[in-house]
Formats: sequence, C-alpha cells, structure tokens
Amino acid sequence: MERGKLWPGSVVALLLVYLFLPIAATLLFSFAKQWQSELLPDAYTLAWYKQIFTDVRFLEAIGRSVFIGVVSVALSLLVLVPAIFVLAVYFPKWERAMQAAALLPFAFPPVVSAIGLMKLYSSGPLPITGTPWILIGVYLTIVQPYIYQSVRGSLRTIRAGELVEAAEMLGAGRWTAFRRVILPNILPGTMVAALLSFSIIFGEFVMAKMLVGGEYETVQMYLYNEMKSTGQTASAVVIAYFALILVLSGLTLKLGRWKPGRGRRQTQRRNRHELRSDRERAEGLSAAAGAEPGPY
Amino acid sequence: MVRAGASQRKIMLLALLPFVIWVSAFELVPIGRMLMMSFQDSDGQGFTLGHYVKGLSGPIYVQALTNSLRIALLSSVIAIFVALFCAYAITRYTTRMRDTLLMLTNMIGNFAGVPLAFAFMILMGNNGVFTIIAREFGFDSFGAFDLYSELGLTLIYVYFQVPLAVMLLYPAYYGIREEWREAAAVLGASAYRFWRHIGIPMLLPSIVGTFGMLFANALGAYATAYALTGSIYNLLSVRISALVSGDIFPNFELGSALAVILAAIMLSAILLNEWMSRLSRRRGL
Repeated sequence: MERGKLWPGSVVALLLVYLFLPIAATLLFSFAKQWQSELLPDAYTLAWYKQIFTDVRFLEAIGRSVFIGVVSVALSLLVLVPAIFVLAVYFPKWERAMQAAALLPFAFPPVVSAIGLMKLYSSGPLPITGTPWILIGVYLTIVQPYIYQSVRGSLRTIRAGELVEAAEMLGAGRWTAFRRVILPNILPGTMVAALLSFSIIFGEFVMAKMLVGGEYETVQMYLYNEMKSTGQTASAVVIAYFALILVLSGLTLKLGRWKPGRGRRQTQRRNRHELRSDRERAEGLSAAAGAEPGPY
Repeated sequence: MVRAGASQRKIMLLALLPFVIWVSAFELVPIGRMLMMSFQDSDGQGFTLGHYVKGLSGPIYVQALTNSLRIALLSSVIAIFVALFCAYAITRYTTRMRDTLLMLTNMIGNFAGVPLAFAFMILMGNNGVFTIIAREFGFDSFGAFDLYSELGLTLIYVYFQVPLAVMLLYPAYYGIREEWREAAAVLGASAYRFWRHIGIPMLLPSIVGTFGMLFANALGAYATAYALTGSIYNLLSVRISALVSGDIFPNFELGSALAVILAAIMLSAILLNEWMSRLSRRRGL
C-alpha cells in the first residue's frame, strides 16, 4: 500500500476531475455575463440566478416537483415499509416475490412501461394522464427497489425477527412491537431510502414527459424547455438542481452514520456486528447508496 | 421466524394488500396491457405477429436496434475498463475517505438525463469550451468532433455508466484477500501475474454481472439522448417514444412490439447479472 499510494491517488484524482468537469463548465457558464467564443468568460454576473428565481414559472415548477416528491415518498413508505416488514419477519418464503418485483423497473424502463400506462389511464374509469396523480402512482414502482434494499438491510442488521419475538414474550402486541421496537430502529435506513427516493423523483424526466407533458411542468420539464430557448438560464437551473442533489447526498451520508438511541450496551453489540467482513460492509454501502440504474 | 396463528396470518396479509394492489395497477397490468397490444392489429383487435415482423425487419427499426446495441456495448465495455482501475484505487483509502469518494461517485450517478445533456453541450457542443480550445490551438481533428453524433452519444453514455460501474464493481475487490497477494508475492509472482492468474479470474463473475447491468442501463436510457438530439439520432428507446407520443399519428401496437423486444433484451442482461452474482456467492466471495 505504501508503495502504491501514488497511483491510486492519481487515478482517483483523474476520476474526480472527469466526473466534475461537466458540472464545473456549467457552473462557469451560469455565472458568465456572456461566453461565446473565448476560452473563459470576460465578465461575471448573478443575473441568470436572479432571473430564474424571480420567474414565477420556475418557482411553480419547483413547487410541483416538491409536491410530487413529498407525496410519492410518503405514500411509498406507508405502503412499502409494513409490507417489507411483514414479509421479512412472518413470511420469509414469499420474499422472493418482492425481490422479483424490485427487479421489474430495471427490465421495464420508463420508456417501455409508459406505453401501457398511457393506454390504461388516458380513458376508462381512471383518466389521470396529464395530471400529477399518475406520476405519484408510477413513482412508487420506480423507487420501490431502493426502499426495499435499504429497509430490508436495516431489518437484517437489527435482527428484526429476534426483536419481535423478544417484544412479544415481554407481552407487547404485534402492532406495539412494530411501532415501538422495529420502527425506531430502522428509522435511519428508512430516512436514507426516503432521501434517495426523493432525489430520484425530483430528477425524473421520462415519465413526466410521456405521461403528463406540458400540462404540469415539473423542474425537469422546465429545464428541458429552457434549454431549447436560452442557454444561460438553463445552466443556472442545472446548478440549482445540482446543489439540491449535493445537499441531499450529504444528508444521506450523515444519516448513514447516525445510530439513534444508542446506549452503551447497544454500542457493544454493534461493535460485534462491525466485525463483519469488509466485503459485506462494502456491499451494504453500495446498496444503501442505491447502486443500481437510475432513470437516465 | 416468528410463528403466527391462522387468523393472525390473515391480518398480516392485510399489510401486503396495498402493495399488491399498487404494483398491479401501475406496473403489472400496464405491462400486461402492453404485451397484449403488441399482438393486436392496428385497430386494437385480433391477433397478429405483424408488428414483431415489422419491428425486426423494417430498415428504420433494425437500424434503431443495432444503434442501441452498439452504443450500449461500447459504453459498457469502456465504463467497466475505467471502473476496474478506479474502484480498485478507491479500496486503497481509509474507511472515511472511501465513504466520501463513494458518495461523490454516487451523487454524480444521479446527475444524468436532461441536465447532463446540457452540461455536455456547454463542454463540447458547437460553441463548447473544448471545441473552442481545440479551435484556438488548431486541432482540426477535434474541431470535427460532433457531440450530436454516435461518438458524442457514446461519450455521454460512458460518463453516466462509469459511476454505476464503480459502485457495482467496488464490493468485488473485497473478495480478493490480502493474504493471497502475499502468498503470490512470496512464491515470486509479479503484480501482473497475480492479477492475470488470480485477481481478474476472481473478479470475473462480478465483471460479467456488472456488464449485464450496464448494458441494460444503456439500452433503456432515453432522457439523455432525447435531450441531446431530439428524435434525430435513431435509438430504439427514442423510436418507441416517438411512436406513442410523437407528433405523428401514434401507433401503440408497433410501439408495444418494439418495447417488448427492448424489454426482452434487457431482461436477459439482468438475468445474466443475477446468475453471475449467484455464481460469485457460491464461490464464497
């Protein structure tokens, strides 16, 4: 490792430069007064940010995206967390069904699954295409794999089965055991899943475009429309959007390290858990970070 | 496992009901409807294989399919090659630093679709930073570079595939134990020979599995290409979307058939990934 310190350092540095280059260029563009054919802009301004943050259309688009994101995430957690818990603790044999359901969005990307949705919900008993409600319905299926992985991982770490058994032996009812024992313990993992889901929904474009279109402009749709007209306000939108991802990712990282209500005894127990192999840890990290295809 | 009485089990099942209804309404039924449509004639009735025949033989659709496959293959291979080095380099850091690097990588992974297409336009579009630099220094070969061509698209695909490949490959390096390297070194193997005969073969299932995931990811991608070229560059995902929501008269039946073809390819790629990760688990990795 000592000898090899130099090349991992340069590889990682190169990777970071490569990954941040497009963002850096966008950042520069968003502060440039004008940037046509010079190497660097010759004057800088905040005008583009002022312009978008005083644009009612943009503020409305943010409001819509936040509304869809919050409602979708809340509903998803409400529907998914009890289901994941019940399957993991009481019906482990049926878990495979949920694992299969979690793979579906990867085999049927938005551009594919939108077709059936367009046909089903543009007429008939539930004509909701063109409204935010269809997006709220669909986003549950999109974020389901991430929530499943995160919550299932948390349940495994706290050994939910044993905990429920212990709680029941001490006289707690099912519901009490879930609410007072399990829920507080899986809170950090669930919050990580919620933040990740929110950022995925906030950045979703394909479903929003195909199922709703211009009738309900979300931030991504706004960006797409701006991009076609003026470049520099669009770059300000991109940077604002990236700043949001940055904040959400930072929160996720913090939450991932957070262990609520951790007393001394729990700490000892936890340390024993930390003797897990590095590999397991690494896998957990990738899973928690949602290392699976996103809505590109 | 916690035991539960029969009546209690029924109450437990109630917790599953909203999930089952939701996934059926917004995933299973729509997929079923699409499958059905792909076999119906243009009036939405009868049974025909005509759309599949057209989808697999019409020149424009064949071109879309081969374009999609080519970009997916190329971008996945390049991204895996880059990620092999990067993921290994990340494992050489302390835990805290690793977490931060992975967080950054993952964050960039979320930076895709429309914003990414826009950022690349600033970087390499007709008046992009690199385009200008190249023009100033007189590199004509770069000046001829066209972001809106296949090469440009591949470049962007590589960009969003690299973070994903790093995240997927990174855990695999922990299957290679430090002792093996020491043993190999003691026996006189060079670093090259260690990786050639031990390291890479151990990583192989993960590499193939990651390839499946990346390949599927690139095939299903739509937002980036659409934001960059509109419907001009002929990809399968772009073609499907144009058929069902374009300005022209929509053709849901043909669109469904193309979508089923796309989903079938993606499903095989994902099953490859599942199979490979099972294989590497069995090897005790």
